[in-house]
Amino acid sequence: MNRTYEVMFIVRPDMAEEDLEKLISTLETAVTSSNGTVKNVEKMGKRRLAYVIGRFHDGMYILLTVEGGGGLIHELERRLRVSEPVIKFLTVRIDEEQKRLDKIKQIRDARKKVSAPAAAPEGGEPAATATV
Amino acid sequence: MAEETKAAGAAESSAPSEGQSQGHRPGPRGPRPGGPGGPGGREGGRKYFRRKKVCKFCVEKIENINYKDVRLLAQFVAESGKIVPRRLTGVCTPHQRRLSTAIKQARNIALLPFAGRAM
Repeated sequence: MNRTYEVMFIVRPDMAEEDLEKLISTLETAVTSSNGTVKNVEKMGKRRLAYVIGRFHDGMYILLTVEGGGGLIHELERRLRVSEPVIKFLTVRIDEEQKRLDKIKQIRDARKKVSAPAAAPEGGEPAATATV
Repeated sequence: MAEETKAAGAAESSAPSEGQSQGHRPGPRGPRPGGPGGPGGREGGRKYFRRKKVCKFCVEKIENINYKDVRLLAQFVAESGKIVPRRLTGVCTPHQRRLSTAIKQARNIALLPFAGRAM
């Protein structure tokens, strides 16, 4: 039951940096305590919101990439819901999409390898003419 | 032959006054020279010529349609915030499906507006 999720959430723009750090670290401990791993934490910085949420016109975007089961996400979302500075969040499961992308990439690479020997002489000629 | 053409020419030369009086004739005739090869104009008359629309994602081989990529998604959202239909953008069905999900996710996290340009 190892799935990869992206949890994006927005905190209020007037939040202090250390408070934000604290919030993120509590979320991380919540993840690790329910047998998950935090793969990446990305602060996307302050952005203007496309619409007003509550009374905020902009917010700080944070992106967490976590790995674990559904129960973990349940817990994480509950925490986000009760934490006051978080104004909105979104969880997206990404492992299946990633798998699909990898598959497509693999197919494309395989195709490239097949066509590479044939394409190489063709690729050489224009370069030669370009040098002349 | 020459006489015939002359005669025809004469006949035509007498005709123009009539043709011009009708006035509507030049309309459909005008766009024809430029019509087939020229840029697809709106007033193509009867013979409409439309550039074939192609799916941006197929052409540029963009497989990863992600809700975080606001710049990409914004191209397929109308000024009003609506998702632009396939028939206008030419995006193929599988890609439009992914695109619409991505746009909806982006709306949810306030990267794109639900309705109208923001504020």
